[in-house]
Amino acid sequence: MRLQLDKKMKINEAKEYVARKLNITLEELVDVVTMSELREERGIGLAHVEPNAEANMGMEAKFRIAEILDIEINSVEKFKKRAGLK
Amino acid sequence: MEKKYFTRMGDGSIVHMTEQEIKADIQLGMADAVMRGKINPLSEEETQKLYDIVTMSGIIVGVEPGMQVVSSNDSGSDKISTKCGIPVTRDINAMIHERVLGADSVDIGNSDYNYKTVKGIAKREATILKQALRNTTMPLFYGAMTNLGFYTKPDGPVDNWAVLLPEGKIKEALQAQEDAVVHAVKDVTFVAKQMADVGADAFMLDTSGAAGDADFLAALLACEEITKKHPELKVEIGAAGEFVLGMHGKLKYDGQRIAGAYPHKQVKLVEKAGASIFGAVVNTNCNMSFPWNIARVCTFIKACTDVAEIPVHANAGMGVCGIPMCENLPADVCSRADKALIEIGKVDGL
Repeated sequence: MRLQLDKKMKINEAKEYVARKLNITLEELVDVVTMSELREERGIGLAHVEPNAEANMGMEAKFRIAEILDIEINSVEKFKKRAGLK
Repeated sequence: MEKKYFTRMGDGSIVHMTEQEIKADIQLGMADAVMRGKINPLSEEETQKLYDIVTMSGIIVGVEPGMQVVSSNDSGSDKISTKCGIPVTRDINAMIHERVLGADSVDIGNSDYNYKTVKGIAKREATILKQALRNTTMPLFYGAMTNLGFYTKPDGPVDNWAVLLPEGKIKEALQAQEDAVVHAVKDVTFVAKQMADVGADAFMLDTSGAAGDADFLAALLACEEITKKHPELKVEIGAAGEFVLGMHGKLKYDGQRIAGAYPHKQVKLVEKAGASIFGAVVNTNCNMSFPWNIARVCTFIKACTDVAEIPVHANAGMGVCGIPMCENLPADVCSRADKALIEIGKVDGL
């Protein structure tokens, strides 16, 4: 979704881009088990994790997503600016 | 006795049809789209695939592995409160969409879903979006309709063209619409600035063209200005219908007449305006069968995705893109519509 918005990529191109950045296959990209483990390991946000206290979610996950996908996320940039990180 | 398959009419009511009846309706629905849109028909292979989808066994059907797409929506974060009557704030609504419903994005929108209303409370709306952005990982939109009809007297500043036109005051009616466009673009871009400032990922110009070609023009002009002034804020333009009503009739964008544009023409205007995503609509005919409707939908949508250089999300909600016109949507034909839109219509999202 972020690649569609940010780079106007169509779905297949966007999937290939994300899979390449995550170093996984297209099959793994759409697999809930693979992606749950990967999202937890990389700290890029999960729908559900146990224990939840250890999960990256919201802004912290978006910081990592921006870096991994090599894109700018507006809320991350505004957060950095307002928190004096930039 | 010849086998009959369970399917539905466009209003959602149950109907049982034979293979011959389904295939005939697929041909007729497709022919209607070809005639109206002056577009190519589906191939024989695609119509056979469509027949297979319509008659596939099981209640819910799914796409081929690897063909999953993403979702965007309109007034999404308000639906749990407004439609289900569950009193949760919109930032929590957004988290529920992300972590319970598995949405790929959602928009924060006011329950009075138009930019004229939002203008007066834009900073307060932006505060809710800011809170939601802190707690969610998926992209968040701010969304509303341009809704040009709200700019007419007595509530709005310009004369009502729907009153002027029957009175034969053509020039005045055209001028009123042109004036309303200026007001609407000003309101939409004002709201967009507030949302860009708090970090919104994207901005939804929903149901564009609801009040006709001037309404569609307002969305295009607003999109152009937003993407120039706030490049960090991406725009999705969703259409109101399968063709733009010519309430004005003479308005052009980039030299192209807006009135009468079907999805494959609408998407080129949307691209030119700088939008990232186009939300295409094909109307559901309540009096015709699901096979007729979905064949017509796929013909229009495929013609649109064939020429689109930006992602196309089919508006697969109540009464559009093959989805029946009823409040509680049946998963049988909805999942078939989604599968057909993705596998035959080649959409990039729903």
